[in-house]
This record gives sequence, C-alpha cells and structure tokens, in this order.
Amino acid sequence: MIEIKDLHKSYKMGSNSLHVLKGINFNVAEGELVSIMGSSGSGKSTLLNILGMLDEADSGSYTLDGVPIKDLNEKIAARYRNKFLGFIFQSFNLISYKNALDNVALPLYYQGMKRGERIEKAMSYLEKVGLADWAGHLPNELSGGQKQRVAIARALASDPKMLLADEPTGALDSKTSYEVMNLIQEINDEGRTILVVTHEPDIAAMTKRIVNLKDGKIIQDTRVNQVRALENV
Amino acid sequence: MFDLERWEEIFDTIRKNKLRTFLTGLSVASGIFILVILLGIGEGMRNGISQEFKRDAANIIYIYTGVTSKEHKGLNPGRRIQMKNEDFNYTALKHQDDLEYRSSVFRIWNGIVNYGKESGSYRVEGVYPDYQFLENSGMIEGRFLNYKDHDNFEKVVVVGNKVRNDLFKDSKDPIGKYVQISGINFKVIGVYTDPGGEREESRVFMPLSTAQRVFGGANNIANMAFTLEPEESFEAALAASNRFSTDIENQLKESHTIAPDDESAVSINNSLENAKRFYDLMDMIKFFFWGVGICTIIAGVVGVSNIMLIIVKERTREIGIRKALGAEPLSIVGMVLHESIFVTAIAGFIGLIASLLLLEFVGPLIETQYIANPAVNFNVALTTVFILVLAGAIAGFFPAWRAARIKPIVALRDE
Repeated sequence: MIEIKDLHKSYKMGSNSLHVLKGINFNVAEGELVSIMGSSGSGKSTLLNILGMLDEADSGSYTLDGVPIKDLNEKIAARYRNKFLGFIFQSFNLISYKNALDNVALPLYYQGMKRGERIEKAMSYLEKVGLADWAGHLPNELSGGQKQRVAIARALASDPKMLLADEPTGALDSKTSYEVMNLIQEINDEGRTILVVTHEPDIAAMTKRIVNLKDGKIIQDTRVNQVRALENV
Repeated sequence: MFDLERWEEIFDTIRKNKLRTFLTGLSVASGIFILVILLGIGEGMRNGISQEFKRDAANIIYIYTGVTSKEHKGLNPGRRIQMKNEDFNYTALKHQDDLEYRSSVFRIWNGIVNYGKESGSYRVEGVYPDYQFLENSGMIEGRFLNYKDHDNFEKVVVVGNKVRNDLFKDSKDPIGKYVQISGINFKVIGVYTDPGGEREESRVFMPLSTAQRVFGGANNIANMAFTLEPEESFEAALAASNRFSTDIENQLKESHTIAPDDESAVSINNSLENAKRFYDLMDMIKFFFWGVGICTIIAGVVGVSNIMLIIVKERTREIGIRKALGAEPLSIVGMVLHESIFVTAIAGFIGLIASLLLLEFVGPLIETQYIANPAVNFNVALTTVFILVLAGAIAGFFPAWRAARIKPIVALRDE
C-alpha cells in the first residue's frame, strides 16, 4: 500500500536548518494497523504529514497504492487527499458550525456527490460509529469521545484507501481512548489500512505493528501481538 | 455561480454565522443608504432652486431704465431716461426673427382697485398679450388679453387669483363683472394664476394701449420684456440672450444719448445669466455630494474588506480542515467570494430600497424653500450597488486567495 524510500525532510529555522527526517525506508501492506511511536521531536508528525500529503518531502520517493506521489500541485494534492486518505486528528478538527451529519458529509461534497446521496451515506457511517441519534448535534454539544467518533466517520465517508490518525486519543481519557481504539480495530478488521501516530505505549500495543522513530530515523520496526481494546474497557 | 451545491453550502454558512453576516451587511447597507439619501437631497436642492425660476419664463430678459450717472455729448448726468413705444417697436421689429414673446409694460401708479365695497392696492400694468407667456401665467377662468383688445382700446382687465379672492369674496364668477380703477370701470375678462405665488398673483393687467390712453401715459413705457426662440442647448441659448442683451443695450444708449460706459441708465436683467450662476452652484453642490458619496462607498468597501479579512482569519482552521478533506484552492476562493458577493449584494439592495422608500414617503413632506421633491435616479443607485459589490469582491479576493494558498498543515495548527 505504501512504499517509502530514503525520505528526507528539513525545516528552515532562520539561518540554520533542522534536519527532521534523515532517510526513512518504510513499507506498509494492505490491511495493516501500524503505530508510529517516538518522543516529541522524533519526526513522527512530520512523517505523517508527508504521508498525508499535507506536507512535501525534500527528497526520496513515496508511492501510495502504486501511484507515485511527487510534484504535486495544490489541486492534485487535494484530489488525492480526498480520494486516498482519511484523517483523524488529535483535536478532532470538526467544523464548529456544522452538525455531526454535515461534518461527515463534507468530504463527499468535495467529491461532487449530490446532497441527498451524501446525507444518506454520511448517515450510514454515523450509524457505524454508533452516533446516528446525534446526527443533528453541533460538535460542541458532543463529548470528546463522540467528537472523535464523528471525525472517524468523516474519515471513512470518502471510502479512502488508508486512514491516518494523529494522536487520535491524545485529548481523551483512557476509557474513552480504549473505546476509540476499539472502533479503529474494528475498522481495521474490515480490511482497511490504518496508520496511528502515538506516544502512548498502551495505544501502540493495540496495533499490529510498532514502528519506533528516533531523531528522524527508524530504530525499531516490530510486529506485535495485538491487544484488543475491548478487553480493557 | 449556478452550482446548486455551492449555493446550499453558502446558505448553510450564512445561516450558521448570523452575526458576522449581519455586520458585513450593515456596513454595506448603511453606505448605500447614506449615498442614496445624499444624492436624493442634492436632486431635491436642484429641484427647489429650479422652482424659484419658474416664476417667469426661464429665458426672460427684462429691460428697464433709470437715471444717467455720466455726462455725455454735453448732457448732464442725472437725466431720467424714459423709454417710449418706439424703443419697443424698433427692437421688436429688428429682432422679430429671434424673439419668441415680447411685451412692453406701462405701470399705473396708485393702482387702487374697487369692486363693490371691497378695494385693494395692486400693481396695475398695461401689457401686450404675450405678457401671459413672459410671466408664465396660466388661466383659471376666462381668457388673457388679445391684440383685438389692444387695437380697440378695450377697457378690460385680467386679474390675478389673489385679486379675485380679495375682491370677489362671495360671488364665485368674476367674469363679466366691472371693477373700478381710479374710478374708471373695467370689465374683468379673465383670472390668471402664477407659479410665483401670491405676490405674482396680486396684479391686474390691461391692454397697453388702453392704459396709456386712460392713465395719461402718452407713449411712455416703464420696461420691456422679451424671450428669445428656444435654442438647442443651454450654452447656445445663453450666448444668444447675451448677444441680444448687448445689442439692445447699445441701441438704447445710442438713441437716448447715454454714455456707453454708463452703468445705471439702462439695466438689463437676463434670467438665463442668473440661472447659469445658480446651475453652476448646483453643479458644485452635486459634485460635492458625489465626492462625499464616493468617500462613503470607499469607507464601505474598506469596511467590507476588513470584515472579510477577519472572516478569512477566523476561518483559517476551517479552511485547513476543508483542504485536508479534499477542497481544491479554487473552491476555497470561490466559497469566500461567493459568500461575500452574495451578502454585499443583498445588503446593498436592502440599503437601496430602504433609502428609496424614505425618499419616496418622507421626501414629499419636506417643504423647505430650497429643497423640493428629493429623488434619485434609480439607475444611478443601481450602478452604485454594483460598484460596491464589485469593489467588495475585489477587496475580498486577496484575503481569500491568501487563505487558499495557506498550506493545510499550517492552517490546521492555527488556534
């Protein structure tokens, strides 16, 4: 699904530049549930942003589902993001003045889907995350866990090849975190590829593979026996 | 623009952000409102001043004489110059192709007019039939003087509406009744009205020939009044009337042996010349109002672009989210612009309609001497709305464009 070869990225900080990613080589097969771990400053968020086409690498190659991701202009990047990727953010990033249903339907709007069809499809994803009864509520009327589940429904709505989750449980208590992880595991069980960035070992343990990043390099890449989140709830 | 999905998205955003929309709309609506009211008042002042000129025919030229102030060809200063019928006849004949209406006036002093027990002191004048048009008078009853009255020295009068009301209080119909002027009977043949109001309506006209014969006027006349044939443009009319004024002045000075540079012996009141001064003033006022109006629009545009900047700033994160979800840059620009154009257009029309309603209903109630019937050309107002919307869109385009170029990752970090 993902093939990354010798990825470099540095940021200009005034006169000196900060070398964040120092040659990442990394493959992900279809249906994997991978966690990327590392302390802050290890480059894990940068890697995720590059994978999510929100940022661009300086050098190296990135192929997503056989499509080389390079020389993107804004327009093509937007189209690829819409078609290939679903994002789950730490701070949820729901649009505050749209209700849960309209938030979930937004990626479908950018696919050019008609309103009726869009609402129907968005509703089915809300049902999937167990929030059908909350469809008409604004984000600030929802709890943190509910917000993240709406965000997950939104990420799934465009039927992407891969979900990218950036600290999906960072803003949640542990019980809610496990509920969210359970949902992520269930989605993975259906065969969808998911990448989770986290710095919490217990969350990482709930994935099938842990990639450890330190100082812009992968220092460890191990497959683990998945801990089912449901057992901890 | 005709993308239904986009419209739904815009309406959705507007519905959910009422305050923001209201503030944007308010600045636009009030800008248009102020501009239209200003233009309306400007137009009202123009109307009001134009009305002042309606008392007499717009292009009337009055000629009257006074006392010489300079010695000329051995004649002392201080001579009273008296115009005669010959002066009038000569001018009327010489310029007969240029003149539209012409009349000389013989003024009867001590014009006490009686009817039964009622009496009053009015201006009594002997005039030619053309005088009706020179004075811009309209007939309410009966008829004005005609040349037959003049040729036959008929003792008939035409009275003003005020004179009729004063003297004929009870009897409704004065036509055919006899009034006494200095004890001599005159038959009333008509009642006129004058746009100049009561002052102009408290006069009594009789044929010039009758006046000169009955009141011992010999062939003296007090003044002469002329209008020239209409010209294509105001400038041409002004030039023609100035030419005519100069010509007649020279002619009078020559025939009455007056020094060419004597200012007080012959006076010519050229109403076009006066009108030009007022119209120049009006143009200045109009120009000023437009200046103020344009400044108001600029203030409105700055207001709109300010609010748009805040909107874009406020929505940076939302824009980042939308881009992460697959919004293309053009769709972001389109979204912001579409919303702002829609809001400014609607608000502009609301301001326009509010001000037009105010002018429509309150305007006629204004009864100041120099403001009458304030109104505004609807096309002008409409143009200003479109200018405002266009300017608002241009002013809003740059923040929108900048927003669209922000990298989604930066926008998402924005708190």
